[in-house]
Amino acid sequence: MKLFSCRRILGVAMVLASLIAGGCGRDYYAEPAAPAVVVKDTGGSAKGDFGPPQGEPIKAVLTSPPMVPPATGRNAPAKVVVELDVAEKEMPISEGVTYTFWTFGGTVPGSFIRVRQGDTVEFHLRNLPDSKMPHNIDLHGVTGPGGGAASSFTAPGHASQFTFKALNAGLYVYHCATAPVGMHIANGMYGLILVEPPEGMPKVDREYYVMQGDFYTAGKYREKGHQGFDMQKGIDENPTYVLFNGMEGSMTGDKALTAKVGENVRLYVGNGGPNLVSSFHVIGEIFDKVWYEGGTQFQQNVQTTLIPAGGAAIMEFHLEVPGSYVIVDHSIFRAFNKGALAILKADGPENKAIYSGKEVDEVYLGDRAAPNLAAVATATQSASVGELTVEQQVEAGKALFAGTCSACHQSNGEGLPGVFPPLAKSDYFAADPQKLPQVILHGLTGPVTVSGKEFDSVMPPMSQLTDDEVANISTYVLNSWGNPGGRVTKEEAAKMRQVAPAITAEAH
Amino acid sequence: MFRSVVYLMMALVGGNVFADADWVPLRGGAFLSALNYEDVDRIQVAPFALQVRPVTNAEFFAFVSTHPQWRRNKVPSVFAELRYLSHWAGPLELGAQADPQQPVVQVSWFAAAAYCEAHHARLPTWTEWEFAAASDATRSDARADPRWRERILEWYSKPSNKPLSHVGSTPPNVYGVQDMHGLVWEWTEDFSALLVDSDNRSQGDPDQAQFCGAGSLATRDRDNYAVLMRIAMLSSLDAEDTTANLGFRCAKDLK
Repeated sequence: MKLFSCRRILGVAMVLASLIAGGCGRDYYAEPAAPAVVVKDTGGSAKGDFGPPQGEPIKAVLTSPPMVPPATGRNAPAKVVVELDVAEKEMPISEGVTYTFWTFGGTVPGSFIRVRQGDTVEFHLRNLPDSKMPHNIDLHGVTGPGGGAASSFTAPGHASQFTFKALNAGLYVYHCATAPVGMHIANGMYGLILVEPPEGMPKVDREYYVMQGDFYTAGKYREKGHQGFDMQKGIDENPTYVLFNGMEGSMTGDKALTAKVGENVRLYVGNGGPNLVSSFHVIGEIFDKVWYEGGTQFQQNVQTTLIPAGGAAIMEFHLEVPGSYVIVDHSIFRAFNKGALAILKADGPENKAIYSGKEVDEVYLGDRAAPNLAAVATATQSASVGELTVEQQVEAGKALFAGTCSACHQSNGEGLPGVFPPLAKSDYFAADPQKLPQVILHGLTGPVTVSGKEFDSVMPPMSQLTDDEVANISTYVLNSWGNPGGRVTKEEAAKMRQVAPAITAEAH
Repeated sequence: MFRSVVYLMMALVGGNVFADADWVPLRGGAFLSALNYEDVDRIQVAPFALQVRPVTNAEFFAFVSTHPQWRRNKVPSVFAELRYLSHWAGPLELGAQADPQQPVVQVSWFAAAAYCEAHHARLPTWTEWEFAAASDATRSDARADPRWRERILEWYSKPSNKPLSHVGSTPPNVYGVQDMHGLVWEWTEDFSALLVDSDNRSQGDPDQAQFCGAGSLATRDRDNYAVLMRIAMLSSLDAEDTTANLGFRCAKDLK
């Protein structure tokens, strides 16, 4: 069946283009063939019924995050059978912290569902017998009151069935709508259903499924043990955790998303809420395309895209430079203090023409007189007359650490699990304090084991620091957060600067 | 080995209602339900007696021993679905998965009602249940206390992957009743009249016929999630349904 499609050119855009062209000396827009803004009118749901399903019913392939099912690859409407199990289960929400999640398909977010516009979807919602609660499902891709909620209200140990025709193409959130709705969503009951347009999505090399959600635990962020749900925090919209894919560290370290330089990557990103709106951003990438709000049009060249609670977006980018790309909610305290952080790791050859890495390291004394660096000045002065004490080194190192190191290793020295190793109570330095100036001056790349945890990321050399500064930061670290104490001198730092080549990961 | 348990239980439930510790009288009175009633503000709850604890596996075992038609291999499927007493080792054997002192679960409304009838009693109405459950250890109505709600929600947020506790393991409320919260869901006589919409969010739709039977789907106290969830649970069920967390206790009129 051929989809009726109507294209019209936006006159407004043409006028705007000519205005811009007139305003600057060169006429970029004079070419008659220059593309104006073209808006495709899909006709919406009224044009979304492609007739009765063809062929045998197809069982939908459901995937757990961060994976996405393969394209339907069909050019005719089909009957698609979706079987989704509701499971209430205890799972980790952060390291050493468990939470009772309510799930669609055993994961948070729930299984990814992929159908084609015009498909008839026979939906089976099965609530496992040991569930405590009744549940249902509202799919935003359903045309009909409640989105399927009333038709799928299912007691523990029961299964419900309803059928809908997917009339609108797009990326849609689904979620539980049983009382109290906020609690069911806060416990992880949401996921995404992609309704492909008839022509399918453009081909890319990789597709991933990421969904943000906010969580409300009785205990504080990272308070160990099993944490219950805190209704009052939910009502106050004051989350303890803001997470991608239901767990802090769900996509970092070994579980980071992967891709290769030269590939096109597409992310299907939803926001389950229940409360927060996401300012979705990938550090170091620019989205070449964003199908904003999960709809049909795409915007191009976007830094950060807004995803409402109960909404979604599709974004695509081409990878030119290898390295780790950090995925965050750019409401940035959520990323570094509530867990909304994931990694996409791109492998491949460097491309210095596009991104050089650090080219210049030089001392810049512009703000050295600032009051917060008074301790540094004192230490420098004492060092010059040979009267530097460990205490002065620690004071100076503390100020320098706050400026140079704490962004990654955190001001409490605990780092970020799976991303930045801890310096606090670190067995790595306890064994050999000289590793401190070594790593500061020469960086550390690749796998490393610190206090029993594996890390695999990149710390660039901090060789812009003077020997004094390296010695003071090292001494501060050695004398902080339960580390064994000790001292690194300016002379040792100077020696380390000369001897060691750039180190990569060592065997431990 | 269950003969002695059966004997003991029959002795307990067979006696005078107020001679043993299994029942307590509740005076009733004017009560503000979490449900909205069309015609009255407060509803009048008549005096009634309530079992102190939910019915146990041992007690229900005694019942099916003397009422063979309620054994799981005898009961018609219109009265109890497939999973009725499925956690028992056999039709007349509790086994390892059903501790005698755990509340009986996987019981249908029909079976629960028959049990109570056999004991010259009935299931409590929703209002009676709600009346008794509104209290805590010192107050007859603790519902406005956020801590009361938090305690109840805490049970909701625990997974049911561990065996149920024995009955009587939560502190008695002001009436001496135990386990109203924190152990199992419980059937009420009029559960099917709790017309909560299966899509909770449509509660505010004035076009819908919201008033019918005892309860309406418009709740008075929308913040009271603790009560709302129990109503939602009951309204998702049919009378032959059973679940792994649903039990019951009996009530009686007091003249």
